[in-house]
Amino acid sequence: MKLLKGAVTQAAALALGLVIAGTTAHAADISGAGATFPYPIYAKWADAYKTKTGNGLNYQSIGSGGGIKQIKAKTVTFGASDKPLTKEELDSAGLMQWPMIMGGIVPIVNVEGIKPGELVIDGKTLAEIFMGKIAKWNDKAIQTLNPKAKLPNKAIAVVHRSDGSGTTFNFTDYLSKVSSDWKSQIGSDASVQWPVGIGAKGNEGVSNMVKQTGNSVGYVEYAYALQNKLTYTKMKNKDGKVVAPTSEAFQAAAANADWANAPGFYLILTDQPGAQSWPITASSFILMYKQPQDPAAASEALKFFDWAYKNGQKMAESLDYIPMPESVVDMVEKTWTTEMKGVAY
Amino acid sequence: MSLALDKSLRSAAARSQSSSLMDRIFSALVLGSTAIVLLSLLGVFVALAVGAWPALQKFGFGFLVTEVWNPVTAQFGAVAPIFGTLVTSLVAMLIGVPISIGIAIFMTELCPDRLRRPLGIAIELLAGIPSIIYGIWGLFVLAPFMQQHVQPLLIDTLGELPIIGNLFQGPPYGIGILTAGLVLGIMVLPFITAVARDVFLTVPAMVRESAYGIGATTWEVVWRVVIPYCKVGLLGGVMLGLGRALGETMAVTFVIGNAHRISSSILAPGTTISASIANEFTEATTDIYTSSLVALGLILFFITFVVLSISRMMLRRLR
Repeated sequence: MKLLKGAVTQAAALALGLVIAGTTAHAADISGAGATFPYPIYAKWADAYKTKTGNGLNYQSIGSGGGIKQIKAKTVTFGASDKPLTKEELDSAGLMQWPMIMGGIVPIVNVEGIKPGELVIDGKTLAEIFMGKIAKWNDKAIQTLNPKAKLPNKAIAVVHRSDGSGTTFNFTDYLSKVSSDWKSQIGSDASVQWPVGIGAKGNEGVSNMVKQTGNSVGYVEYAYALQNKLTYTKMKNKDGKVVAPTSEAFQAAAANADWANAPGFYLILTDQPGAQSWPITASSFILMYKQPQDPAAASEALKFFDWAYKNGQKMAESLDYIPMPESVVDMVEKTWTTEMKGVAY
Repeated sequence: MSLALDKSLRSAAARSQSSSLMDRIFSALVLGSTAIVLLSLLGVFVALAVGAWPALQKFGFGFLVTEVWNPVTAQFGAVAPIFGTLVTSLVAMLIGVPISIGIAIFMTELCPDRLRRPLGIAIELLAGIPSIIYGIWGLFVLAPFMQQHVQPLLIDTLGELPIIGNLFQGPPYGIGILTAGLVLGIMVLPFITAVARDVFLTVPAMVRESAYGIGATTWEVVWRVVIPYCKVGLLGGVMLGLGRALGETMAVTFVIGNAHRISSSILAPGTTISASIANEFTEATTDIYTSSLVALGLILFFITFVVLSISRMMLRRLR
């Protein structure tokens, strides 16, 4: 009996040991939640980081609004959002933010006979299409921009996001900058009151809807347009030059961004000047507490971000994202040491 | 010997004592389980009411009568989703009810005995398909078919008629109120069919045989005897299906087009209460936005509660 008891105690101790070992291994996982736009690259970074250091990342891509909510509820170590918080919002919550990665948003169309990169659209026309003021593909405004294209006399089916999203925030921010009507009547946010069109869930929902609906137009993150072989358009930028959505064009827009003079890194990259700039470029942000509840976990997260900034550029480019320039990384890492308490990376 | 008897008697007494204790524990447990159901019903209602309070306080009665749904200016009104919920359910009923009753008549009056079981199983399987599967099927198979064939036909024929033509206007998107109603109609089929079959079977054989006996045709028996006999029960079944159609979320979100607008055309995109909540909850950052979505939930809770109560009352009167 005594022998049995001993065995049981031993087994229990072993089991307990296993449980503890299990929880410690789990605790090393960095937890974050938020934007879906940068999810593919965060997942790729996390995979490479885990192979190298053994520390995993548990990132829930629940949307920018969800990310802001989760970090405010302190259920995660970091939140991620495509919509930056203003300096005041950050200060009142005790949060800090920085840009982690950049990418492009492209209009996509499904018009018979039009190939990827053939159609040219400018911001004002795009705004009027999404307001329903331009309702047919052979409208004069579109035809003037594309004198050679054969445009059908068909109604334009507008496709937008049905869920709130950072992609929508950046897209509507751009339309507000180029169209005063859009700004006064609709405005910009993660979701807006769309005057026309149908809503589809997520980047993949919009991709699918445009793909299977004839004479439609939508907007998605660049990687989705490439992967789904969608017909993206060219755009006329702020300088009046026609540009194609390429890494170079996104980089050109990012290079013009004046991060040094943006308090709390509040900067939206749409409608940047420059002959090469893609007009609807976006950056995705990370949100963390200045005084983290769990400094050890926060330090682990910062180590991951530092590693990603310095080793993740190739991976980002392979997924058609734009890594942050070195000068910006330096600025960001300086704020970690000056503003965040009790952390080491 | 006597000692042994005494011992066994005592243990029996102890056993009966413990069994009465077991009985009490058992009845307390089942009572507790029942209480959990009632408490969660009450809890859901209270939680919804508390969550909806800020929106109801700010917009008041206007919440129920305004169409605007603007997250930018934080102005919210529930008319468009309520409209979409009721209209898609109505379309679903118009499609689902006649077909369900047809199936039930076939199964009770005309179907050879050998076929009854496989048919019944097939219909039950239809009820078991997860709603997301209906959504995917609706989006990838039904919607393109509607866009290329059904909707252009409707626009060119019915759309040309006066008054009723207003229902069939606009570009054929494929998805929209009509498509959502169609998918819902198929989804409620098994529920209405099952109830209809059961109530048809309650018609006493004597009544039915007498009707046949005086020379009535099958049509006359069904139309003049069976259906009038089961009227109330049938309505209960329809209400049960309606309750399901009102709350369906995933399948509808896929095919309705998710636009906060009221259109006269049933080909146009719209939204329903549950689809709006599913789409927007994660990104509702401001308190009033979240509260408005919860208030939508409260309205849906209320509508389905009323519909299901009516259904229960009708089915009870049947027995």
